[in-house]
Amino acid sequence: MGKKQKNELLKVKNLKTHFMIEEQKAKAVDGLDFHVFEGEFLGIVGESGSGKSVTALSVLRLIPDPPGKISSGKVIFRGRDLLGLSWEEMRKIRGNEISMIFQEPMTSLNPVFTVGVQIMEPLMIHRNMNKKEAREAAIQMLQKVGISSPELRVDDYPHQFSGGMNQRAMIAIALSCNPSLLIADEPTTALDVTVQAQILELMTEIKNKEKESAILLITHDLAVIAETCDRVMVMYGGKIQEVTSTINLFENPLHPYTKGLMDSIPSLTKKKKRLNAIPGNVPGILNLPPGCPFNPRCKHRMPVCEKSVPELLEVEKGHSVRCHLYNREG
Amino acid sequence: MSQFKKKRLNLLEEKMKLTRVNGKNNEVLLEIRNLKTYFPVLGGVFRKVIGYIKAVDDVSFSINKGEVFGLVGETGCGKSTIGKTLVRINNPTAGDIFYYDEESLSNGNKQRVKIALPKLNRKELIHYRSKIQMIFQDPYSSLNPRFTVGDIIEEPLIVQRGKNKENKDIVKDLLGKVGMSEEHIYRYPHEFSGGQRQRIGIARALSTNPELIIADEPVSALDVSVQAQVINLMQDLQDEFNVTYLFISHDLSVVRHIAHRIAVMYLGYIMEMGPAEEIYNNPLNPYTKVLLSAVPEGNPRKKAKKQPLRGEVPSSLNKPSGCPFHPRCPIARDICKKEDPLFEEKEKGVFVKCHFPGKF
Repeated sequence: MGKKQKNELLKVKNLKTHFMIEEQKAKAVDGLDFHVFEGEFLGIVGESGSGKSVTALSVLRLIPDPPGKISSGKVIFRGRDLLGLSWEEMRKIRGNEISMIFQEPMTSLNPVFTVGVQIMEPLMIHRNMNKKEAREAAIQMLQKVGISSPELRVDDYPHQFSGGMNQRAMIAIALSCNPSLLIADEPTTALDVTVQAQILELMTEIKNKEKESAILLITHDLAVIAETCDRVMVMYGGKIQEVTSTINLFENPLHPYTKGLMDSIPSLTKKKKRLNAIPGNVPGILNLPPGCPFNPRCKHRMPVCEKSVPELLEVEKGHSVRCHLYNREG
Repeated sequence: MSQFKKKRLNLLEEKMKLTRVNGKNNEVLLEIRNLKTYFPVLGGVFRKVIGYIKAVDDVSFSINKGEVFGLVGETGCGKSTIGKTLVRINNPTAGDIFYYDEESLSNGNKQRVKIALPKLNRKELIHYRSKIQMIFQDPYSSLNPRFTVGDIIEEPLIVQRGKNKENKDIVKDLLGKVGMSEEHIYRYPHEFSGGQRQRIGIARALSTNPELIIADEPVSALDVSVQAQVINLMQDLQDEFNVTYLFISHDLSVVRHIAHRIAVMYLGYIMEMGPAEEIYNNPLNPYTKVLLSAVPEGNPRKKAKKQPLRGEVPSSLNKPSGCPFHPRCPIARDICKKEDPLFEEKEKGVFVKCHFPGKF
């Protein structure tokens, strides 16, 4: 898994997305560098305000401007810098080569169109299908994502679907043009565990079938990452704090934040006496502390942490951490 | 109800009493018997009642003093409706809710009295609401944005005993207890983060010195790192104030962490109930087992080898015949379609509603 495929599908270089809020600059994403290989299942995990959703929206250039602005950086997809494209060219990529699944299926589908019409739309725009062909394809897509009697359900409106079915329909829309990158922003957060299991299974299945397409899964739930992803990025305060393979992250977490996050989650299989909570609150992006954004909550705080932001260093092969603790040797 | 079923129910009651005696703490605080909460559905030109959403359907359980009773289930299974019915935000359609209270007699002795909550009138209810308080799910919408934090926490006290100079001291004390500082008293809810707001909600619930707190998804809206703080806080406060929790949540890991006994709900029924350890280690009802297997384990080496549940939760307007779970159950047989299984004690303290418990 993910070992042979060395082709970079997406490369993000020094991405900075800032928002102007009440004449203050909120650095939602601040200097992000990462890449997604072909056929990879990459996870981004972080809490609210860590910049994970803004990252996804920046890649697709869906940041509302104003107040948001991608102030610098490059998003290179298949050799082209997406940030330099015209809107026309960008539209040809959205929903076609890169597509997105949003968090709340109930609010991201249009209530006045049938599910079928919404799946047909990208097919008619990007694949130049006529109505009849698109409808056939839409029925096939619904079948593919596991909706029973799709030829009947294709004419249903979103309110006639349950939450899980709407999320399946969203996935059908996203997959309709066979994208090479699928970005899923908290696809299961609004769903029940049993439905979540179904959706995650569906996504893993898709990934196994479409060998070349990659999935970028954004979530706050480490357990969901463990279940699906090959590699993980941990974000906090608009920056990557740790990147490594999923197995490595769970067995050998290095960043104090990652460790704290893992300790604070109650387990289903083991009974813990008391949870080791991380003290303090997640800082708002408007008032990030100076230095390392995690320093006020960190157990291992040193004087240097308040002064300078640590660099993202590769501690071992394929395992990078942004923390002063690992800086001394290097 | 048939004669037979009545007999079985009496038997059930006897057994429940027995488990209470055998349990660690045999003093029952709250007892719910055959509780039903239905919501009428109106339709047609004349807005006639065309059916009922049976949100809670024939549920019986009891909560002992000092324990944490967890209520888990998926969206729409009726767990929140039970919570709301207990504080009578909704009124029950049928069934009984008994609250066991202590009353001081004239000779100084104390006597246990049994109060039927659904029969209380408005005035009496206000008194009992000081003993049963609620913490709500969404800390963003459950605090009045025009009230200061002090006003929010003081409000239940004003309702209970009027304006009082002592109130301020109680509020300050409570703020300290939930890990906030006195200076926050004049601030407004929007100035706080989700975790801090939930702390304010907890302080408000504690202000009347309640015996039972109904916590309806108290940590679901919080960030993972803050969630642990609030869970720890709730556990600390339980020791300090000696309160009992009814902890309602969809998160099975959180409930396992905090609850002593749990009940798993599906479509308005309790499918399985018993000590938390017992249920998590050895689930007898197939629904419990499937539900537990759906929770991601957080171990990347043990990726899913699970049978995810097929299909959707049926509408509670139109429930399936027989066992409510039979259309999705992996071991359903003919009898499951026809007969509704009884909610019976299968092992010591473990109650199951299934024709074939432990067979899956």
